[in-house]
Parts: sequence; C-alpha cells; structure tokens
Amino acid sequence: MKKLLLSTTISTLLFSLPVAALAQDYSKYGIDEDVPGKCSFAATDAKDYSGRTLNIITHAVPVMGEPTALHASQFEELTGAKVNVVHVPFGDLFQRIMIPFQAKQNAYDVLFYGSLWVGDFSPYLEPVPAEYQNTASMKAVTANYKDVATWGKTMVQFPVDGDRHYLKYRTDIFDNPEMQKKFKAETGRDLSVPQTWEEYGEIATVFNGWDWDGDGEKNYGSAEVVKRDDLMFSAFISRVSAYAKHPDVKGGFFFDLETMEPLINTPGFVRGLEMFVKAQKYMPPGGNNFGLGDEIFSFGGGQTLFSYSWDDAYIQAMQKDSRIRNKVAAAPLPGSNEVWNRKTGKWDKFATPNRAPYITWGWTSAVSKMSENKDMAFDYLCFFSNEANTLHDLQIGRFGVNPYRTTHFDPTFWTDKLGWNTKTASTYVKTLSGMDDSKNRVFDLRVPGVGQFMSSMAAGVSEALAGQKTPQEALDGVAEEWRQIVNRIGKERVKKAYATVVALEDNLR
Amino acid sequence: MLVSRQKLIFLLPGLLVLVAIIIFPLLFTIRVSFSSWDVMYPGLDWIGGKNYSRLFSDSRFWESLQRLAGIAVGTVVIEYLLGFGLALLVWKEVRYKRFFRVLFLVPMMTTPVIMSVIWRTIFHESLGPLNNILGFLGLGQVPWLSTAGMAVVSVMMVEIWQWTPFMFLLLLAGLLSLPKEPFQAAAIDGAGPFRTFFMVTFPLMAPISIGTLIIRLIEASKIMETVYVLTSGGPGTATETSSYYIYIRGLRDFQIGYAASLSVTYLVLMILALTILAKFLVRAFISKDKA
Repeated sequence: MKKLLLSTTISTLLFSLPVAALAQDYSKYGIDEDVPGKCSFAATDAKDYSGRTLNIITHAVPVMGEPTALHASQFEELTGAKVNVVHVPFGDLFQRIMIPFQAKQNAYDVLFYGSLWVGDFSPYLEPVPAEYQNTASMKAVTANYKDVATWGKTMVQFPVDGDRHYLKYRTDIFDNPEMQKKFKAETGRDLSVPQTWEEYGEIATVFNGWDWDGDGEKNYGSAEVVKRDDLMFSAFISRVSAYAKHPDVKGGFFFDLETMEPLINTPGFVRGLEMFVKAQKYMPPGGNNFGLGDEIFSFGGGQTLFSYSWDDAYIQAMQKDSRIRNKVAAAPLPGSNEVWNRKTGKWDKFATPNRAPYITWGWTSAVSKMSENKDMAFDYLCFFSNEANTLHDLQIGRFGVNPYRTTHFDPTFWTDKLGWNTKTASTYVKTLSGMDDSKNRVFDLRVPGVGQFMSSMAAGVSEALAGQKTPQEALDGVAEEWRQIVNRIGKERVKKAYATVVALEDNLR
Repeated sequence: MLVSRQKLIFLLPGLLVLVAIIIFPLLFTIRVSFSSWDVMYPGLDWIGGKNYSRLFSDSRFWESLQRLAGIAVGTVVIEYLLGFGLALLVWKEVRYKRFFRVLFLVPMMTTPVIMSVIWRTIFHESLGPLNNILGFLGLGQVPWLSTAGMAVVSVMMVEIWQWTPFMFLLLLAGLLSLPKEPFQAAAIDGAGPFRTFFMVTFPLMAPISIGTLIIRLIEASKIMETVYVLTSGGPGTATETSSYYIYIRGLRDFQIGYAASLSVTYLVLMILALTILAKFLVRAFISKDKA
C-alpha cells in the first residue's frame, strides 16, 4: 500500500511539476491569459519554424493590417519563422492578389481580403484542413461566418472577422422625454426605434438640421455610405434587401437562378433606391459624398441620429474619449411592410415588417494553393484567430475585428472589458446574434467578376442619387450591363457560382 | 560605312533602353487589347477587335473623354493666366523676390494624393474648414463635392492650385531669358506697361507659351489622383475622367483586355487632339506675332 501511495505521489509529481514549471505567462503579448487549444500561445510556442519564411499580403494599417502585423511578429518570436507582411490599400488589394494567381506566381502564402471575392479566388485557395476545422475555436464560429468561409461545400477561407450591416441610433435622444414629446407633436407617433425604412426616414427628417444635442452645432438625421466606389454598393444592398428579399420566394436575390435574368431593376430594388435618393434630404451637408470614413466619423462623432453599416461607427462612438460614449445602441436594419414578390409580380403586404439581414462581406483570410508553407500558413491563421488573440483584437476598434464566435455574444465581455453600459452592450450582442437566427438572409453576390457587377451597380445607383437618371432608368442600365457581364464571363459559370450563394440564402445547407 | 556602323553601336544602348521602357510596354498593351484577359480568363488569347467594337458603344468612356476635355482645357487656361501673372510679378525687381519664387513653387512639390486628401478635408461640407469660414463671412454653405457642377469646380481648383506653379516656373524661365533690347526700344518709343506687354512680352513669349501649354495639357489629361480621392468620379459620373474610368475597368473590375483597348484608343485620340491643338496654338500665337 505504502509502495502504491509512494508511486502514485511520485507519478503525480512527475506529471504535474513539469506542467507547472513550463506554464508560461504570455501576458507580455497583451492578452489576458492564454486559452489552451491547438493554436494557443503555448502550442504555437512549441513549434519550430526556424529558417522558414512566410509571406503575407494584407490590408493597410490599421484595419486588419495592424493585427496581421502584430500577430505576425508574435508568431515570429514564438516559432522562429521569418514573416514578411505586405500592406496594400483596399483599392489595390484585389489585383495585387489576383495578378500573381493568374501568373502562377507563388507570391504570398497567406492572404487577407474581402470575403466577397471568394468566387474569383476560390480556384487558387487551399481548403482549410479538417484538423483546423475541428478545433474548439473554429466550432464556436457562428453559422453565418462558416457560411461566408465556405465555397460550395468546402471551407476555403479561414474566419478571422464577422461583419454585418445593422442600425445604430442615439439613445440619449430616443430616451429623452422632451424629444419624444417633440416627435409626437410633429408626427402624431411615439418615438421608437424604426421598424421600417419609412419610419427611419420620418424620424431622421424630424431630427435633421437643428441642434438636438445642445453642443452648439447642427445635427442631422442619418450618415450613410454614399460615395461611389467607396463601398456604397453595400449600403445600397442594405437599403433594398427588405423590399426585394421575399421570405417565401426562393431562387435568387440578385438574379433569378433559373434564367440568370438580373432582378436588379425589379420594383423591390427600385423602391429601395427611391428611398435612398430621398434619404439625401436628411443627411449632413455633403452627406451624399460620404465614404465609409466619413460615415464613421459623422455618426461616431455625434453628428447624426442614425447610421447603418459595419461596426466601425459604433466602435468609434464608444471610444473612451467620445462625447457620445454609452449614448448609442444597435438594432436590426429597418424592414418593410411591403415586399416585392417576383413570382406573382405583386407587392405582398406584411403586418410585421419583413427584414432581410445583409450578411455583408468582411475581412477573411486564406492560404494559397501554391504556397510551399501551407502547414505554417494555417498555423499562423489559427494563431491569429485563437481565443486569446481574438478577445484582445475585439477590444481595439481600429483593428476591424468584429464578433464572429458564439462566445463573443456575451454582453458582460463588453461591459466588463470595455466599460460599455448595459443597453449599449446588450442591444449590440442581441442585434448581431439575432442575424444568425434569420432565415431570410442576403449575402453578397460572390460570383466570378463580382467586382464588375458591384462597380456597375454603384455607378448606376450613383447616377440616380445625383439626379442624372431616375431610379428605374439607372437600374435598367445596370441590369443591361449585368446581362453583358454574365455573357462575357459565361452564363453557366456565373450560374454555378451563384447557386452556392442562393443555397446560403435559401437555407439549403 | 564604318562611321555609320560606329554611330549605330553608340546609339544601341539608348535604343535598347527605349525599346525596353517605351516600345515594349506599348506593344504589349496593344497586344493585350486584342485579348479577353479578365478575372476569369488570364493570358493572351486572341479575340480580334471585340474590345474595340465594345468600346464604341461604351457611352461612359466617351462621356468621360468629353468631361476630361472640359476639365483639362479649363484648368490649363486658368493655370496659364495665373502662372503668367505670377511670373510677371516676380520677374522684375520686387522685394523678397527669391522668397516669393520659392513660395509659389510649394504646391507643385507636394504629393498629389496627400494634397487631395487634405483638400477633401478642406472641402468637407459639414466638418471641413472652408464652409466654416464662408459661414463666418456670411457667404453661406457651398456644396463643394455633393453637386455635379461644384464637384467639377472643386476638382479644377485642386488641379489649378497644384499645377499653376509649373506654369509659373516655365514662364518665369522664359521671361528671364528674353532679350533686353526690344524692351529698351519700347521704352524709348514711350510704350506703356500694357502696350509693352501685348506688343513685346507676349509675342516674345509665344514659343515658350505654346510649349508650356502643350506639356501641361498632356499632364492634365492624365488627371487621376484628384478625382480618385476627392469624388471617386461622382456625384453620379460628374467627375469621371478617362484615366479614372480606365482605372476602374482595369484594376477594380479586372477587365485587363478591355482596359488596354481603352488605353490604346485614349492614346491615339490624345495624340491626334494634341497635334491639332499644337498646330492651332502655333497659328494663333505666331500669326498674331507676325501681324
């Protein structure tokens, strides 16, 4: 018995001592604590990639470029690898990745880019190996972002970010009895978070062009991304999805999948564009030339009551030095009581507004098929997105890393770590997580030549916004151009790719 | 025979460099323009004149060319007038002449993209300083970048600000090189400053003026950074110039073959237009001189 006790004690000590002795403190890397797992700091530290080089292409600093570089230097330090990071402005990123692909040049092992380009890049991407798909951190990625990472049935993109468009509004106005009274007096309605785009417009109009926050400067209704070729196409999709994405009509949002006939000039899209054109009346001066940066600083700086797009404006509003910190909240994008039914050719009425969350493109990453360092490349991406790093990155607004795992939807993380108040945090996580539950989602076009389709759409929408054409004329022009693009790229090729998008939208996966 | 061969040998390095850096890219662009190279079909297949026939029905390209012509000619004329005026100011003996000469050149030394970003901030209608100043002066708010007409004016203003120093520099060099005798003769004849300018200075500056205008027109027709940063070609297509449109088609849409055909057509049109314009300018300036 004594012998048994002794041997048990010795073996326990033998097993526990080295663990205690080897357990390292990685807090110098800015994380709270390492989270054990395949790609943890400790696991990465145990790898030796000395004498090997990893080439990465990413966006310019800070958005995604800064975390890429930060985790690259950590990876270098931990594994002994040499990591080269090339930063490229967004406008050049596509061609800087595509040209080496087409030239069969092994220029980069790891790529960071916009997830909507998957249709173009997929032939050149290495599928994510099963061992990385089975990690706890990958399993915690929400269904939306697994869908975004997947092409057909294969995961070819490594999720590092979660993006969506949602509504942001000022709680100090909505909760202010004086403002509620004023709104009621002007409209006869109670002031509440808009459920439809029509309500959005009505509220924005009332709160446009006067100093409602008492800072001596005029305030305005809505800040939106309207500048052509500055991601405006995404704002347009947000504006039209509620009118054009019918929950009971399957088989395509941008095209009729059967015929590949563009739907971009159908009444749902046209009405959305008409609303977009009208919205210029309640934007700040120059608001119809706002790019994403302007939208972020306009709403984030307290100039407008509403905004909708990616997380950035919300995060900007919640910066520690922001004068509207904890005066903002999130909500789903407004919906519509009328939705165009392209099967019947009529507007269907909905008592509860139809909502169609736009799972807009965001940052993603992948490994090149031509890479000779695929093992190291996937290890880097897995390390980049390990739990400890992600929790760190989520707290730094400029990094552009937004919630994409179920574990990120805990309001206490945002209240405890970032000092957000309960409403700001709870509406944020509720809005974001709620989009994952929707069965009426809209995804980006994600077909080969998506840049051509979106560029054509942005030009048409911009012509309507500038008053050069009516919304119908502008979208008729876009539809005609889309037909030509489909013919040039090949109808069957586009159709096959689009079927993967429709499968996501129609919840066939 | 030997001398001529020696000459050729001496010329060869220069010719090779010329072929490498000018002729080859040009020939390659022409070859690419006959291919369908785009996001799906990399490489140099042969599709004949399809890109060129598509181009003829591309109204956005032709509209962008017309717009470019208006913006380029407008900015260059204003730059010429301002540049000539500034050069005349510091040509003669004025206090702090050297200081002003350097000061006038500063905009040209700045980086176009950076300056466009700064100008964009200045023009920002709700957050920028320009409208604040105008409001303070009681002049009201100006929709600098959000209406078609003012967006064109804003693009032209930035171009004029940046490139007037170039005109100033060349015209000042021209003024400094003029012979003194005609001016002395005019002074003896009792010609006043206006008469001296129109009868002596301007005619003597004609060759330099023509060269300067042509060089600047070539440069102005490539306007890209200002449009890219200030307006992205908007509102609508109000400020979309040919270079910006070719950039969109080539590098954003990745229609390399088609963008090459646009570039080649643009090049041919520019050569034709500038040749005609140069002849017109020579006739206008020189005939006046002779008269």
